[in-house]
Amino acid sequence: MADLKFPDDVRYAKSDEWVRVEGDIATIGISDYAQDALNDIVYVELPEVGDTFDKDDSFGSVESVKAASDVYAHVGGEVVEINEALEDEPEIINADPYGKGWMVKIKLSGEADLSDLMDAEAYKAYCEDR
Amino acid sequence: MKTATIEATTNQYDGLEPLIYELSAAGRIGVNLPEPDVPLSDLPADLLRDDLNLPEVSENEVVRHFVRLSQFNHAIDTGFYPLGSCTMKYNPKINEDAARLTGFAHLHPLTDVEGAQGALALMYQLQEWLAEISGFAGVSLTPAAGAQGEFAGILMIRKYHVDRGDTQRTKILVPDSAHGTNPATVTMAGMQVIELPSDKEGNVDLEALREACAGEKAASIAGMMITVPSTLGLFDRNILPIVQTVHDAGGLMYMDGANMNALMGVVKPGELGFDVMHYNLHKTFSTPHGGGGPGSGVIGVAQRLMDYRPGPIVDIIEEAAGDHDAPLYGWTQPPKTIGRLKAFHGNYGMHVRAYAYIRVYGGTGLNDVTRHAVLNANYLRARLKDHYKLPYPRICGHEFVMEGRFADSDVRALDISKRLMDYGIHPPTNYFPLIVPEALLIEPTETETKQTLDRFVDVMISIAGEARENPDILHDAPHNTPVRRLDEVKAAKQLVLCCAPLMKQVD
Repeated sequence: MADLKFPDDVRYAKSDEWVRVEGDIATIGISDYAQDALNDIVYVELPEVGDTFDKDDSFGSVESVKAASDVYAHVGGEVVEINEALEDEPEIINADPYGKGWMVKIKLSGEADLSDLMDAEAYKAYCEDR
Repeated sequence: MKTATIEATTNQYDGLEPLIYELSAAGRIGVNLPEPDVPLSDLPADLLRDDLNLPEVSENEVVRHFVRLSQFNHAIDTGFYPLGSCTMKYNPKINEDAARLTGFAHLHPLTDVEGAQGALALMYQLQEWLAEISGFAGVSLTPAAGAQGEFAGILMIRKYHVDRGDTQRTKILVPDSAHGTNPATVTMAGMQVIELPSDKEGNVDLEALREACAGEKAASIAGMMITVPSTLGLFDRNILPIVQTVHDAGGLMYMDGANMNALMGVVKPGELGFDVMHYNLHKTFSTPHGGGGPGSGVIGVAQRLMDYRPGPIVDIIEEAAGDHDAPLYGWTQPPKTIGRLKAFHGNYGMHVRAYAYIRVYGGTGLNDVTRHAVLNANYLRARLKDHYKLPYPRICGHEFVMEGRFADSDVRALDISKRLMDYGIHPPTNYFPLIVPEALLIEPTETETKQTLDRFVDVMISIAGEARENPDILHDAPHNTPVRRLDEVKAAKQLVLCCAPLMKQVD
């Protein structure tokens, strides 16, 4: 727990995704806590560019030797880019969850409503309590 | 007189078995076929090939190879197997005797009913018993295993709604502690899952359920799938309000019967208000889990789903003429059936074994089985609660979940499990249910002695000590098994299911 990173330039979901909004593009991945809990990630299922999602939708899944988990969008819009490097090297998520381990970029269909998401401090407290 | 000394080994391969291809010697054969007494005809030339690499070994070598491999395995016949959610109880040998009786084992599935009356009578009686144990109006023996029983149940619920013209009911509620097969079943049946959170005590969050069924949402609810007791091993204290809430919304209740070993002979799901459930004969009724044969996922249904059951169902076609006559049994297909799920009549060998099991125990005996299963699990829970964190510290059913992690150690559930193998104990279920971090789901079953349970506790306490004092012994475990820690990441990413020629390419 002590070694896990909780950067404050992203917002966090209870389901352990992070969302970084820059302009009208939201980048989404899973948190350091999530990759640590999942352990070695062996497969990542991503959507296709052009797919659209609502904020409650699952856009893909992450599979480790322990479990498979759905990954949720938390923002509505259209996928404009996916991290294709994860197809061959899903372990990038374990190594760099907030950087090279990003999963999708979604062009927001409207104003992003991140009010359900937590800041770094609140998410860290949430993780410590689990 | 002088004798040569030859070093004794338990196994000439030092614990590891070669591939059968490595035992091969050109020209060696295992079977001598008799001279043909009919004219030979050549195989079509386009089907012949000379690149088919098959091992050439004697019968003796084949037998030794596979017997040795089987001895590397852990089995319920060789050791304790507390694999939560799987009910790895001892499989009594009398079941095997019954299933091998030639009248059952050699009966062709296309035999006319007149020639199969004994087999049909057994199925009819099993249907009656399983209906009584579950408190349902009737059952269908055909589903091949639990997942197919689930699939049948959800298809029946779907057809029930559609037949009434109620086509808007497309959503099935599933708690977040559910077996992964539940949401998979819903998706396979073309319906949508609504996931329900658990509350702090491990029950379904009743407020979240009421919210999901509230107002206009009610009309879209087809039903709910729930495991009783839950996959946390807990009996949901709100089970009756849950059933009531879903029924009030117009939905039907599916019970995942994977955990019937905590209810059998004590609680009848039909009396709790459920509409349909599946049994796992390979869990609750002591038939083998794979290896020794397939499973069986018999479903039980309430009156309103009787006509939808997948057939064939065994029924009495002609009543007995008198006390000294037997009825004539035959096949029926329910009028609105969802159809056939399985060739012939389900996994009949499992029906014979389950019949033998029920016959041996009787009603009082089955009640005893359940009480001892619950007692054994609670004994382990009570003895381990000061050494491992119990996320839901209350009386459990036939299994319970602990966290395989410590604040002052970096070991994980997987390390604990691997270390257990050094003591000849099969690991508990790891990382399930998903809502418990580093979960270890432990199910001792009723068939273990107190001595076996005590040894397990002693080993678990010793491992908890090692986690602090010598964590590397856990990280590097197992140490005493034919192979050490396997590279699960590589196995998942680079799947190789094939034999010698391909192995060489991979190397």
